[in-house]
Order: sequence, then C-alpha cells, then structure tokens
Amino acid sequence: MGELTLNHFVVLSLVLFSLGLFCVVTRRNALGILMGIELVLNSANINYVAFARYGSVNYDGQIFAIFVIMLAAAEAAIGLAIVLGIYQSFETIDVEATDRLRG
Amino acid sequence: MSGEAHATAAGYVALIPLLPLGGALVLGLLGPSLQRRAGKGLVGALACGTVAVSFVLSVMAFLQLKGMEAEHRLLLTDLFPWIHVGSLKADVAFAVDPLSAVMILIVTGIGGLIHLYATGYMHDDAAFWRFFMYLNLFTFAMLTLVLGDNLLLMFVGWEGVGLCSWGLIGFWHKEEANAVAGNKAFIVNRIGDFGFILGIFLLFWTLDAQSHPTVVFRELREQVHVLDGLAFWGVGIPTLVTLFLFVGATGKSAQIPLYVWLPDAMAGPTPVSALIHAATMVTAGVYMIGRLNFLFAMAPVTLGVIATIGALTALLAASIALTQTDIKKVLAYSTVSQLGYMFLAMGVGAFSAGIFHLMTHAFFKACLFLGSGSVIHAMGGEQDMRKMGGLRKKLPATFPTFFVATLAIAGVPGLAGFFSKDEILFQTYLSGRTGLYVIAVTVAGMTAFYMFRQVFMVFFGECRADHHTQEHLHESPSSMTLPLWVLAAGSVVMGYLGLPPASAFEGWLEPVMVHHAAEASHAAEAMEYPLMALSVGIAFCGIFFAYLMYGRGGVKPESFANLLGGLPYRLSLNKFYVDELYQATVVNGTLALCFLAAWFDRTIIDGIVNGAAAVVRGVSSIGGLFDRYVVDGAVNVVADATYAVGGRVRRLQTGAISAYLYVVILGVLGGVLLYWSWAVAS
Repeated sequence: MGELTLNHFVVLSLVLFSLGLFCVVTRRNALGILMGIELVLNSANINYVAFARYGSVNYDGQIFAIFVIMLAAAEAAIGLAIVLGIYQSFETIDVEATDRLRG
Repeated sequence: MSGEAHATAAGYVALIPLLPLGGALVLGLLGPSLQRRAGKGLVGALACGTVAVSFVLSVMAFLQLKGMEAEHRLLLTDLFPWIHVGSLKADVAFAVDPLSAVMILIVTGIGGLIHLYATGYMHDDAAFWRFFMYLNLFTFAMLTLVLGDNLLLMFVGWEGVGLCSWGLIGFWHKEEANAVAGNKAFIVNRIGDFGFILGIFLLFWTLDAQSHPTVVFRELREQVHVLDGLAFWGVGIPTLVTLFLFVGATGKSAQIPLYVWLPDAMAGPTPVSALIHAATMVTAGVYMIGRLNFLFAMAPVTLGVIATIGALTALLAASIALTQTDIKKVLAYSTVSQLGYMFLAMGVGAFSAGIFHLMTHAFFKACLFLGSGSVIHAMGGEQDMRKMGGLRKKLPATFPTFFVATLAIAGVPGLAGFFSKDEILFQTYLSGRTGLYVIAVTVAGMTAFYMFRQVFMVFFGECRADHHTQEHLHESPSSMTLPLWVLAAGSVVMGYLGLPPASAFEGWLEPVMVHHAAEASHAAEAMEYPLMALSVGIAFCGIFFAYLMYGRGGVKPESFANLLGGLPYRLSLNKFYVDELYQATVVNGTLALCFLAAWFDRTIIDGIVNGAAAVVRGVSSIGGLFDRYVVDGAVNVVADATYAVGGRVRRLQTGAISAYLYVVILGVLGGVLLYWSWAVAS
C-alpha cells in the first residue's frame, strides 16, 4: 500500500466527476451549475495528468490539461456573462424560472 | 444583258416626276397659309411652274433621245435600291425610252396646260391649294407610272393616280353624290388593280421558277421568251398573265365590264375630267399594254379578247353617248368609246397605232373637256345641253377651238383624229376581223353624230337658257382660253406625225414595239385609200344626220326616239341599265354575302367559340375539384400530421436545464452500456 498508484488518481477523478455532475444536475442556481462544471473539468484534468504520469505518452496529457484549464477560464468568462445577461432580463439566476424556450 | 449596256445615265430624268411631287408636298403642308398670306396667284404659279419645268426637262429628254441611235434610245436614272428580297430586285429607277418619252410629253405638256386652265377655272374656290396639291400629286403619280422601269414602280404610280382620281372626283365632297362617285371610281379601280397585281405575281412567279426572276421591263423583254410553251391548268402562262394584266387595264381605262366609274367621275371639276379622265390616267391601261407589248404579242388569245372588248366598249359607249343631255356625260362616254378604239388597236397588234390615237385623243379630248368647262363656266354651272344653244357668238374663243376638236374627233380629213382613227380602222381590217371592223366603222359614224349633235345643241340655234343666265354669259379669262387655242392647234397638227404611208410616229416607236401587226400585202395596201374614203363618208353621214336633226331641224329627233316603241332610245338614255344591273347583282350580291357572312359569324363562328369556351369551363371545373380535394387535401393532411406530431413532441422541450442534463446523462450511460454489452458479446 503506501505508494500512490494510478488507481488512486482514477478513483479521485471519478469521485470528483460524480460530485461535479451531481452539482450540475441538482443546483437551481446558475452559478452553482457553473461551479459543478469546473469540478467536472478538473476531474478530467486529474485523469489527463495521471495517465500522462503513469502511461508512456510523454507530455501530451499535461499539455491537454493546460488547454482544459484555459478552456475552463474562457468557459467561465462566457458563462458568467450569460448569467449576467439572464439576471438582467429575469431579475433572477434561478434556472427553473428561465423556461421561456419551453415547447 | 444588252438592254443594260445601252442605257445612258441621265440624272435629270428623276426631276421630271420629283418636281411635281415637291410641289404637292409644299402645297399639301403649307398650302392653306401660303394661300392666305401670298394669295392664290402664288399657289397657282407654284403648281404650274413645277409641271412647266418638268415639261422642259421632258423636251430635253426627248431631244437627247432623238440625237441617239434608234436602238440605243434609253435614258436611265437609278435613284436607290427599293425592294431587294430573295430573287426579287426592284429599284426606284426612271427610264425614258421612245414610248415613255411620248407619254411624259403628253402628261407634262397637256397636264401643264390644264394646270394653267385650272388657275382660271378654280379661281373662286376656297380650297384652291388643295385642288392644285392633288393635281401636282396626280402628275407625279402619272409620271411615275410611265417612267418607272419596273412593274412594281409602275404599280405604285398606277395606285397613285387612282388615289388622286378619288380625291379629285370627290373634290366638292360636300355634296354626297360627288363623294359617292369618287368612292365608286376608287372601288371599281381596285377590282381591276387586283387583276393587275395578280398578273404581276404570276409573271414574276413563273419567271422565278424558270430562274429568270425580274420585274424590270428591259430585262423582261429579253427573258420573257422562256414563258413560251409553259401552261398552267391547260392555259398558256403568257395568256394567263396578260389576261390578268388586261383586267387591270379594263379598270383603269374604263372598258367593259369596269367602265361604269368613268361617266360618274364627271362629278369632279372639269379640269380634272380633262386631265385625268380623258388625257392621261385612263390611258394608263393602253400604255401598260404598249409597254408590255412583247408579252401581249405572245398571247394571241388575250389579244383577241382585248380587240373584242375594245370594239364592244366603243360601240356600247358611243350608243349611250347618242342620247345623253349632260354636256360632260357625252364627252365621258365619248372617252370610253375612244379608249375602246385604242384597245381595239392594241388587240389587233397595232401597238403604235393605239399609242398614236392615245396621243391625238389626249389633245382633242382635253380641248373638248376644257371647252365644255368654259361653257359651263359661262353658263354659271349649267350642264344640261337642252338649256344651251346659240353660244357661238357669246364665246368667241371657246367655239372655234371646240369646233376644231370636234372635227378632229369626228374624223374629218386633215385633222389629228382622222389619221389616228383611220390607222386603227385600217389595221383592224388588215387583221382580218371583219366583224370588229364593221363595228369600228359604225362607231366612227356614231362619234361624228353625237359630237355634232353636241355642237349644234350648244353653239347653234336659239339660246334656251333663262334670262338671268343669258345676261351673265361671258367668255372665260385668257388663262382658260390660251390652253384651248394650244390644244386646238395640237388637234390639227399632231396628226401629221402619223401621216401614212411612212408614219414618223410609228418609226419613232419602232425600237420599243415588236412587229406583230399583220404585214400589209399589196392587195391590202391598195385598200387603204378606199377604206379611208369609206370611213370619211360614214363620218360625214353622221355629221349630216346631226345637222338635219339638231342644226336645220328638218328631221325631228323624236321620230327616232319613238322607233320600235322607244325601246332603243330608253336603253341608250338609261345607259343600258348597266348601273342598275351592277347594283342589283354585284353591289346587292356583295351586301347579301356580307349579311350572310355576318350571320354566319354571329351564330356559327361565335357559337363554336362560345361552345369551346363552355367545354373548357366544364373540364376546368372538374380539374378544380381534383385540385381542391386531392392536391390541396394531400397538402393539408401533411400539414395537419406535422402539426399533431409537433404538438406531442414539443413536450420534450421543457425549458428546465436539469431535465436536459438528465437526458444527456442517461443517454451517455445508455451508450456506454450498449457499447459494453456489444464488447462483451464479441
């Protein structure tokens, strides 16, 4: 035991992904959903780095992780801008209330 | 082509017809204001001046021709290409050869004198300018007719003179009878023109089929021989073509059966009667036959028809002229009769003799018409000869000229009519058609009779006019008497151009005319002087009878009128009821046909059209049902189905983000499971 193996990272990643997904699905607050998405993305990062460390794929994984972080930042910026827009027109950021596109 | 090679270019020839055209254009466009501002003098001077210059140019052309060798006498000016379509090539080109030289001298010479006369005769007419516009336009059209070097250009002139004739007969159009007479002349002429143009079509068509397409006279002359022996439905092509052309000639030159318009044409002013209906236009048919003599010479059947029609027309018209009381009607029927003589000459192949009579007739008949116009002028518009008489002392210029012209037409030896008429009689005799010769000699006697009857009724005896008219009797102004003197002089001297036996006139026309007239044998030539004596004797008989009946009064005209129960007299007086016959058959027949056609159109044609419309409407209403229920139904079903499906499916879009996420997660899980089970199974 004592030594960290790939399994530990995969399980950690799985837990983190599950928490993030749960957060995204259950939250009614748009900001909460955005936070859940961050968790999901970071679980993917852990996976990338772990497989890069234990696999034989050079630095591809680390580079991908950096891409994902950058992507997450962009996503957060756009997502927050959308949330701001929603607030301006609905006076709320409760996603249950913003159902104007319902069929 | 040898004809082409001999033509001499002469640009001034084009001016001969174009000057009167220019005069007509100026008068037509500016006439009213010209007449108002500058007076009638200028209008008359303009009209006379253009024709006078044309006459001078015509004399120049004549002299130039005279200076050339006989076979090369042709002046040509080609203005511009006119109709060049396929194998048809017609130019606006004017040609002067000996024949057309004679014609343009007559048209511009006598026409110019009549223009001068008309300035006096029409002086009190408000539409003075319009009259001279028509006269100038007529002169242009007539010159185009005689100068045109192809059939189509000739046809343009042919139609043009008809149009001007219509305008001038109906010149005093405020009286309906005059307008009707103009229409009658035009319509009857159109019937003839239809035959004429059919003849042109047939001629060109057959020549084209023989790959010699042309309508130019001098080329026709070279190539018309290819028609020899061709036949269409068993009738020789030359015969058919010339018969059609002759139909045109009967219309324009007032022969049986289309002569009826000419007497009515006397409704026009007298100068018009002299210019158009005696001297020029009515001779167009004779000229046309003379121009195409080489073609007519190929068709002996047609020549026989022409000779017969000519002789019969001469007889019929002369017999009507015997009893007419209107001074102009007598001259009109006399004209028809003299034209009959010309056609008789053409028909027996004596083309030169026909043209010669055309020329002399132009002089003495124009003189007679202008003289009668002078009489009418003096009588204040009266035309009934029964109300005249004893005018010879009152009209010192009109009487001698009228008398000379009467002597000329009656065939008194030494005057123009004697030579030309006698030539025709002699040629008829030579042709061996004794029946026609007898008719022609009879007509000569009748001519002498009715002309002297007229002279005695108008100029001799007691004046039968009422007191008021007698007081106002006066001789016409010198602008009217001068042409009378010139024409009377022409009626005397012109005959000597055709002095037998070596006629200068015939020699002049020789290059144009084919030799078709019967060659005179010595025995026949020996007959010339006895025959001459016979016709002169008959003419003097006619004069003597006229003297007995109307001059001395020894024989009462009534005793002849009552002959055979008065039937011949009534027939002649009523013009053999030909007008009534035409009215009953042709005019009413045409009207009946019109009504029938109108009825047919209204009931049958319109019925078919309406029926077709109803059928289409029925068919299209069925189509409409199909459209509404089948096509539209299918479209609507598709739309309704889409709407219903959409109504169900819209529920999927809840608008709740979490619901979408559930679906996404379930989908991913489902996909993974599927992949898994597939991987395990394989």
